[in-house]
Parts: sequence; structure tokens; C-alpha cells
Amino acid sequence: MSDLLPYPPLDPTTYDLIIVGTGVPSSILAAGASSSGSSVLHLDPNPFYGSHFASLSLPDLTSFLNSNSLSPPPSNTHDFLSVDLVNRSLYSSVEISTFEPETLEQHSRTFNIDLCGPRAVFCADESINLMLKSGSNSYVEFKSVDASFVGDSSGELRNVPDSRGAIFKDKGLTLLEKNQLMKFFKLVQTHLASSSTEHDETAVKVMSEEDMESPFVEFLSKMRLPQKIKSIILYGIAMLDHDQDNTEETCEHVLKTKEGIDRLALYITSISRFSNAHGALMYPMYGQGELPQAFCRRAAVKGCVYVLRMPVTALLLDKASVRLASGQEIFSQKLVMDPCVNIGLESLSSLTDQQKETLRVLVPKETSSKEKIARGICIIRGSVKAEISNALVVFPPKSLFPEQLTAVRVLQLGSGLAVCPPDMHALYLSTVCGDDNQGKTAVLSAISTLIRPQVPEDLQTDSIAENDTAVTKPVVIWRALYVQELVKGEFGGEISSTSSPDGNLNYNEIVESAMKLYEQLMGNKELFKEETENTAEEDDGDGVEIED
Amino acid sequence: MLTLVYSTSSLPGRQSNLSLSLSRISLLRDLADQKFESHTLAYLTFVSYHRGNMHGRPRKAYKPEEEAASAAKAAKLRSLQNQFMSNHHAKIYTKEAIDLSTKLLEINPEAYTAWNYRKLAVEDTLSREESNQDLVKSVLDEELKVVESALRQNFKSYGAWHHRKWVLSKGHSSVGNELRLLDKFQTLDSRNFHAWNYRRFVVELTNRSKEDELKYTEDMISKDFSNYSAWHNRSVLLSSLLAKAEGFMPNEKIPDEYQLVHDAIFTDEDDQSGWFYHLWLLDQTVNVETPLLTSSWPSHAGCLNDSSSSKLTTSCSESGSFPLILYFNQAVGGVSSSSTVTIDTELKGNEDVVWEPVSKKNSHVSCVWVARLKYISSEPCFGKEYKVKVKIGNSPGIVSSRGCNFSASYEFVFTAHVHDTVEESSQEGIVSWTDGFDIWDAESKDLNALATLDRSNAQMDSKWRQEAIAEEIDLFRELPDSKIGKLTLARLLMAKAMISDDAVKGVHYNEILELYKDLMALDSSHYQYYKDVHSVALLRKVTSSTEDLSGHLFRCRNMNNSVCLRLNNLSLSRIASVEKLLFVQMLDLSHNELHSTEGLEGMQLLSCLNLSHNRIRSFSALDSLRHLKQLRVLDVSHNHIGEHSVDTTRYLCSSPLFNSEWTRDEVGRQMPTLVTKYWDAYFVLRDLNLKQLDITGNVIAGDVFSSFVLRVVPKLVWLDGKKLEI
Repeated sequence: MSDLLPYPPLDPTTYDLIIVGTGVPSSILAAGASSSGSSVLHLDPNPFYGSHFASLSLPDLTSFLNSNSLSPPPSNTHDFLSVDLVNRSLYSSVEISTFEPETLEQHSRTFNIDLCGPRAVFCADESINLMLKSGSNSYVEFKSVDASFVGDSSGELRNVPDSRGAIFKDKGLTLLEKNQLMKFFKLVQTHLASSSTEHDETAVKVMSEEDMESPFVEFLSKMRLPQKIKSIILYGIAMLDHDQDNTEETCEHVLKTKEGIDRLALYITSISRFSNAHGALMYPMYGQGELPQAFCRRAAVKGCVYVLRMPVTALLLDKASVRLASGQEIFSQKLVMDPCVNIGLESLSSLTDQQKETLRVLVPKETSSKEKIARGICIIRGSVKAEISNALVVFPPKSLFPEQLTAVRVLQLGSGLAVCPPDMHALYLSTVCGDDNQGKTAVLSAISTLIRPQVPEDLQTDSIAENDTAVTKPVVIWRALYVQELVKGEFGGEISSTSSPDGNLNYNEIVESAMKLYEQLMGNKELFKEETENTAEEDDGDGVEIED
Repeated sequence: MLTLVYSTSSLPGRQSNLSLSLSRISLLRDLADQKFESHTLAYLTFVSYHRGNMHGRPRKAYKPEEEAASAAKAAKLRSLQNQFMSNHHAKIYTKEAIDLSTKLLEINPEAYTAWNYRKLAVEDTLSREESNQDLVKSVLDEELKVVESALRQNFKSYGAWHHRKWVLSKGHSSVGNELRLLDKFQTLDSRNFHAWNYRRFVVELTNRSKEDELKYTEDMISKDFSNYSAWHNRSVLLSSLLAKAEGFMPNEKIPDEYQLVHDAIFTDEDDQSGWFYHLWLLDQTVNVETPLLTSSWPSHAGCLNDSSSSKLTTSCSESGSFPLILYFNQAVGGVSSSSTVTIDTELKGNEDVVWEPVSKKNSHVSCVWVARLKYISSEPCFGKEYKVKVKIGNSPGIVSSRGCNFSASYEFVFTAHVHDTVEESSQEGIVSWTDGFDIWDAESKDLNALATLDRSNAQMDSKWRQEAIAEEIDLFRELPDSKIGKLTLARLLMAKAMISDDAVKGVHYNEILELYKDLMALDSSHYQYYKDVHSVALLRKVTSSTEDLSGHLFRCRNMNNSVCLRLNNLSLSRIASVEKLLFVQMLDLSHNELHSTEGLEGMQLLSCLNLSHNRIRSFSALDSLRHLKQLRVLDVSHNHIGEHSVDTTRYLCSSPLFNSEWTRDEVGRQMPTLVTKYWDAYFVLRDLNLKQLDITGNVIAGDVFSSFVLRVVPKLVWLDGKKLEI
């Protein structure tokens, strides 16, 4: 950020809302607020859109993960009521290894690597609804994630039989298991159908209130589902992170049946939502970074002003304004900050209690939740499953090693999604963890199950001869491991903040908190009042154009 | 849409096929699609599927402006229609006239008169320009184009598909594009049976390999295993591949098919497609195409009229002949003494025995064939024994209705003892069903000789069949809570009992009976079906071993120790296992729930039959008794005869409209009113040679009917327990 070019001063200098950071929640807010007629200034200190949700080239990604830990130099102009802001890094234990630098050099511009991976969206997700509602869907094209699997330490990947057709074709289930699983799906469907007509007196309650409040895992046992299927449902379909079987240890993470059913409902409705999407999940072409960009473009169309490479260096409390890195002061009653912006320690000490209260969102505090998320990215040659390019793999708790506490999710994406060169795949891994070591151990274990380490040239031929199955495993070319802090967004009246990427596969919780924040900021104005002019485009190729 | 409704209801044979697919589309939606005035010409009933009438689409209400638009469309169509009809009547086949019909068909592909008109127009061109190959080709190509656009409008148009077949059968067009076209339609709606029908036609025409087609059905099924059309086509293809038996051996292929269909059934047991296919597979496993001889009377090494060792007689003395019965496992034709069956006997006068099928008039096939062997009792031949040798199938000619040859030649030998005339006095007394019966001596060997029990129709390749069925049984025992699962298990057990050796049969039958009892309680809407199959299973059980059977057998002292089988009070609703009861002379079926005597026609030795306290609703239900030439005593008291004038609920019976012969015979001339009134009784009774009849406790009974019976059955001695004054 040191090479700031002289920037023409902004005009106007007063806005209804200033948003700092262009992550998914910030972009939704910007698009929503602009659509409802507010004047919005949307700033980002980075030279790209998306903040922690961006998709970047490998060098950019590397420097973002590393450089972000550095705070920008605090401004030296000490006004009485100015509060300096610093950027705190969300990332720790960053570890990047390059195995084939030449190959990467050759293709350096063809990578679009997600910072917040593995991440995919369910077709019936709220984020998709918002895209449709806001009209930002016209800026993004999605493709289906072809398959999902449940894996274990043996390296064998079992299909997740998630639909009638998939159960029929599945080779790993016994006939009786197929029967039980399909019966369970039908029960859920009947339940959903009957609960959608809940005022109907005649509707039969398929599941009792008592069942709905009980732990989901117990309900599955009550349905006489065998362990194998329970695990598929809990981690492969409901996408749970924590071990549901040892309920005493992790009782805060136990999912109720009601929530479990909601998660299944999301999955089931996703499968049939778009006629040209085969599965429940899809992924945006050119990476997840396209999503915040789409909302930003929508916001820009509605009059939102965008400035990149523009950090906010200080808050001017008496004037209700912010000072930009360019030195200009911009006025606004409301400010929404990126989760990693804090008040500089120096400024903090001089604040009164009342001021601290106003700025509480930005006051650094002990993170209440100790949970973090360990992420891994591998660029690999080959695929983890023959003939399948885009796939989700879930390793349930304890499936990789006995001490594995949380599920590890892996998403493989291919060149069809324009995220990497042909013949290669981008492999994203993540797991929720209590500390850096624990998380990285789980991620590394999943990596070693799925892919072959780089072997020195002279040994390579031997190992191939000795182990045939190893030949089919992909080879790693580049690898990044890092642990990300989980920060929740907060509403603080004049100054609020948005959430960091969370540990989930989809954006539901992030979108939910963004919508809540919107409500608090904008009063009762509806987010994206129906305004989509249906400009249905002809479907070309196998891409999923999401449309209402 | 109305056209389709009309055509389905007018074709009873196709109805089930259609309703299967129609039930899945919203029929009503299409009716609502078109709100044309009803006075449009009958064949103009208008169909438009332009929005893609696919399976599983919800019906939408129509807005007023849409209705107005469709009314305008109707007016336009009517004027087009009138012009077209005048062209058609004047036989005008000019380009303009043909274009007019094209326009009409584009709007309404169901206007089949227009299709026929186009056929005439094409024929007209062909007859004039046959030598001009290019012209012929372009004319036919134009037809294909018109059909394609009509199908795009409505891909369920019978007329359009038929026209396309007609064009292709002319043989001048290339067929290369047809499968591609079909792929398009089958992607739109993979269960569209028109497309599947047409596909079979094209495959036949292009000689595409059946294996490729089989693969295609597999792909379609893996896309959606509820695709009944695909399963059906698979069964059609497999039938013909298995029949050819080149690389498709049933013992290898059928078990694979079971694996495939298990995935469908177990994944979704509420989906009927898989179950239909499973039923077809079971049929392939159990049934052998080639007809087999199930039993005969007399059986091999049997003795007739041997009064010294057993006290059995056949009361055939009246006619001076006794019957020979052949019972096949399926209806066959071609049984005749001239070629297929040879009888070797010392009994004189039997050089040209006539074999007759026991079936409806004019039918040349039947499961049961009867011949009557003559003997002359006036000859002084006390205690004379005659050996009779019957050989079947030494030369081909016995053919099943499906065209398979009876191939296993078979031979049986028995001895006939001819005595002096047995005293006839007992025939004049009343036959009582209550006393004079002796319990059968279970130790007696007579039964073995009489009943051709458990003839092992050992098949060459029965091992895989038994294994396949045993596997299925194990599997379906695990699908406990579904009705169709129970039914399938019962069917499998029945199949196993039929093809396995018998040590375990009784156990199977008990389980089958339990399953059907459960089903009767669980599924009341199909109660009668379960009841019927329960009866079949019960009769199979009774006839499965001599021990079981002997419990029901008696000798009737008053009737020359005739063999009497008592199957009363068993709540039977159907008759079965007749092939094992050919020797029975007296049969007591009282206090059951029988609706009909269907099946009894095979029991040619039957002379006394008790059907009292059953659910017979008309004399038409007794039609099969007309084949029993020796029947003398019939008790149908306490039934429901006369409650409904014609029992149309179960049987398609002959009606007076089809039989005008009664006006010509004597009784008909003498009392035309009564014959018209009691025509169903008349047709049955006049062919029976009854001496004793009981009809009390029926609505029909009464003085009028009694007097009618006396005229129709002049030889009757006992009516309703009273001796008649002659």
C-alpha cells in the first residue's frame, strides 16, 4: 500500500453510508443500500474486489496472506478527536510451498484461487435468492459440482447417495440400506410437504415435536439407519463440522433434529431447483471472488461510488467523518467496517469510556469464540477421482485418524471453471479447529490421503512400480496452509462491522448476518425489493444460468 | 384431447397401456387447454400440446385473454377445415390444396382426415410419377417434414406418428435421421410411449442390433428408473434375445436382470415400474415356453374297473365308453389320433378315436383334451382285461398358442377291466351328500395309482431357476412392511413350491396362506384378488401330497363306491389344481365362496357335484359344466342365482343376442317367453343330462322356473329333493 498514487479527490464528500471492505456481506449491503436509494461510498484498501472472499492469482494470494499481517503505518497527524485505525491480520501459521516453480510460472495468470475455500453454493441457498432478487445473477455463471463423496483414511471415496437416482445407481450400499435411506428421504419430504401446509387441520404430523427437539443423530438412530448412512447424512449432506456421536464432549455443537431437517430440506430443494444443474451444489466460473464483484457491479449500477486501494486511516469523531489514506475527509453518519480493522493501540489509550462505547465494534477484544478455521489449498496435477473434475469430498470426524474432532471438507475444482490451467485442479480443504496445530494436522492428513507427495526424480520410478494405486493419485505442485480467525459481524449504531469468512461450505450464515445488519441500518426497507427485469438469456453450453 | 380420450375408450385392448401413461400426465390440464365450442366437427376436437405436455407438469388456470385467443383460433380453424373438406371431397390434389392441409395439420395434428387425405395425395403422385425417383423422394421428404412439425406441436399425436410410419414403409426415404429425431423427443419426455413404439418400428427397419437397444434402455433406466416404457422395452428386447439364445442364455442373463431390478425396487418400493419388471422376470424364471403334459387320466399303470383289488368304478356304462384325459400346462392345439397321439389297444372299434378340446366353441386350443374309448359290454368277456398304451408327441404337431412345440414325447400304459353291466338301480335313487360315505383308507395304494401327483416335470436347466428363486425369497423376506413385498414373497414361494421337490412344500404353502391372509387384512381394496390366490394356494396344498389329499377323500357306498372329494367349508373362491383331481367322481364344494365353476371342465369323470351355499349369481357362471358329459347330480341350492338377471361383473357370457338358435329348437318354439326369460339357465341345462337338480334357496327358484326346468331337462328324476311324477 506504500505505492499510493495521487488520487483525485472524491466528490461528493458526504454519503449516507460508507462501507470499508468489499467482501460478500459488505457487497450485499452496498448493493442493497444503493438499490433502496441511499448514497453509498464503498472503499477497499486492496487493489482487488472481494477482501477475504476474493479469488486471486498465486502470487497475489501469497502476498495477501503474508502482507496482511502487517499494519499500515499509523498516520502522524494527531487531531484531538481522530482515532487511528490499523489492519489486523486474520491469518496465522501461513505456510506456502512451491514444488514446481517453472510450471506455475508458465501458467501464472490462469489461476483464480479462493481465499475462503472450500466454498460452494447450494442451488437453493439464500445467497442465490439474493442474486436473483437483486439482478446480480446476470454477472455470474455457475457450473454444477459433479459429485460428492465421503472419504476415509483408506483413500476410498464413496458416493454420497443424495437423490433417488443416485441411490439407485449407488454400488456401495446394500439393497436394504438403499431402502432405508430412501424411506428416510421420503419421510423428510412428507414432513416438509405437510409443514408447508401447517394450517391444514387434516395434515398428519409426520414427526413429533419431541423428535424435532431431540438431537438429530438420535433421530437418525431411531429411524434405524446404519452408522454408514448416518455419517453420510450428517457430514455429507447436512455438512456438519463437529462429531455428533460424542455428545457429552461437544454438547454445544449438537444439532437438533429440526435444524437437521432444515439442512436436508435445503439439499433436497437444491437438487431440483435449476433444470440444468445436476446436483445440489454449484460453483461460480472464475472463482468465488465473482460473487462479491457481482453485488458490487449491481451496487455501482445503482449509483454506489467505488474506490479501491484506499484504506481508511482514521475516524474523526467530532465531525462524523473518516480520513482516507489520500488525506481526504469524507462525511457519513453510518460506517460499516471490514472485520479486520481495529483501533490502533496508541489511540485506544486516549479514549474516554463513552467514546469507547461508540467505537466498541472497533475496539480489539479477546475473541470470545476460540474456534478458528484451518484452510489448505493444493494445486495438483490429476484428479482425486478418475473422470471427475469438480467434486466435494467430506472426511467425517474420526475417519482420518482417531483424534480427528471435526469433519474435513475438500473441494476439487477444474479448469472448466476457469480457476486453473487444464490438467490441473485446485483442491481446497478446511476444518474447524481449536488451535492451529490441530487444524493443520487434520488438513495435512486429508491431503496425504488424497494426493501423492512430490518424490525426488530418482525414486519416482521405484515407487510407481511398487504401488499401483499411488499412480492414480494426483501430484501436488503448490500448497498453502493457513489458519483463519473467525470474526462475527457486529451492529454498533453508527459504526458496525461485517463478518469474516466462516467455516461453512456455503454463505448462509454470512448472508443472514448481512441481512440483519441491513435491517438495522436501513430500518424496515426491504432488501432488494423485487426489481428484476427478466432478461432471460439463451442457455449456452453446460453452464447454469440461474434464473427465476 | 377429446380425440385421445375417445380413442382410448374405444380400444379396450389398449386401455391399460394408455391409462398407465395417462395417469401420469395431467389429462385434465389438456382438456382445459382447449375450450372450443362443442359443436365443432367431431374429428376436429382440437388438441394443442404446444407447451410441452410432459409428465409431471402442474396444470395452470387459463386467463380470459387466453380464452379469447383460443376462441379466435377456433374460428380460423373452422374455416380452414371447411375449405379442406371441400378439397378432400372433390379429390383435389394440387399444390395449393396440399398446402392447405399442411396448414391445418400445423394447427391441429389430430385432424386425422387430413393425414389420410395426404396419403391419398401421395399415392396419387406416386401412381403418376413413379419413375421419377427424385420427385418421389422430395414428396416423401416433404411428408416427413410436415410430420415433424406436427409432432413439435403435439408429440403425442397418433395421426402424426402413424403417418410417419406410413411414409417410411414406402421405402423411399432414408431412416438415418429417425433415431436422432427420437432422441430429441425422448429427451423431452422419456416415458412417451409413442416415441418408444416408433423407436421399435425404426429399429426393426434399420436392423439396429438388439444389444445396442438393450444398452439404450439401460441408459434410460439409469437416468430415471421410474421409466416404465424403458423397462417394458427391455423386457421385449430380452424376450427376443433369449429366444434366439445366441450368447444370451437365460441362466446367465436373468440373474443379472434381477440384480438390476433389485436396485430399483429397494430404492423406491412405491414405484411400480420395477415391480412390473420383476413380475415379468419371475414369469421368465418359472415358465417354460414349451408346453408340457401335466397329468393324464388314467395315469400310467393305472387300473380301471378292477373290482377285486380296489372298489373303484367309472360309471360310464351308459355310453359304452370311458374318457381318456390329457392335461397340459398351457393351452395347446393339434392333439389328434391321426398324427400326434397314438392309442394301442385290444379294445375294438377304437381305430379312429376323436380328441376334443375341452373349451369354448370353435376354439381349437385347450389345456384339457378328451377322447372316449369305446368298449362293448354285451360281449361275453367277464373279467377280461385290456391293455391300453397311449403315446404322445412322437411326431410334432402339438403346438402351444404361442407357437411352441410339445417336444418331450410321453407314453403311458394302463389296464382296463370290462365287466358285465353294473346294476343301474342306484342311479334311480336320490343321491345324498350327508351319509353313506366311507373314510378313505390312507394305506391303500389306490390313490397313488389314481392321482398323478407330483409328476416331476424335471427341466434340463431347472437348477438356476431354483437358485434364482431361492435368492429372491431370501431377499424379499427382508422387505417386510410393504404390501407389494409380501405379495411378491408369496408369489416367489408359490413359484418355489411349484418347481422344487416336495419335502418342503407344505411349509411353503402354510407361509403363503399366512401372507395372503395378512394382505386381505391390510389391503381391502384388492381383497377379492388375495382371496382368489389364497384359494389357489390352499388347493395346491391339499393336492400336494397323498396324505393331505386322503383327508378329503371318501367313498360313496350308494354310488358304487365312487370316489368323493369333499372340499366344503374352506371358503374357496376359486377352483385350482384340477389336473391332480381328474379321477374324482363326486365333488362336494358346498359352503364355499365360489362365483363360478371355471376349471371344473377338466374333471371329466364327475357325476355328482355339490355347489350349495356358494356365491353363484347366474347360470352363466355354470357354463363350464356343459363339458361334463357324465354329470347327473347337481346341487346349486342356496346361491344367488336370479338376484341379477345377467352377471356381467365377472364373466363375459353368451347373450341371447349372439345366439338365435334357440328360436329354432323345439323347446324354444314351444315356450318362447320362458326361454327368453331364463335364457342363461336354458343354455346350460339343455346340454346337461341331469337326473337330480337342487335349486332351492335361489331367487330364481319357484313354480314357474320348476316347470321350465322340467321341459328343458326331460330326464330329470329328482328336483329339489322331490321325486318327479313322470
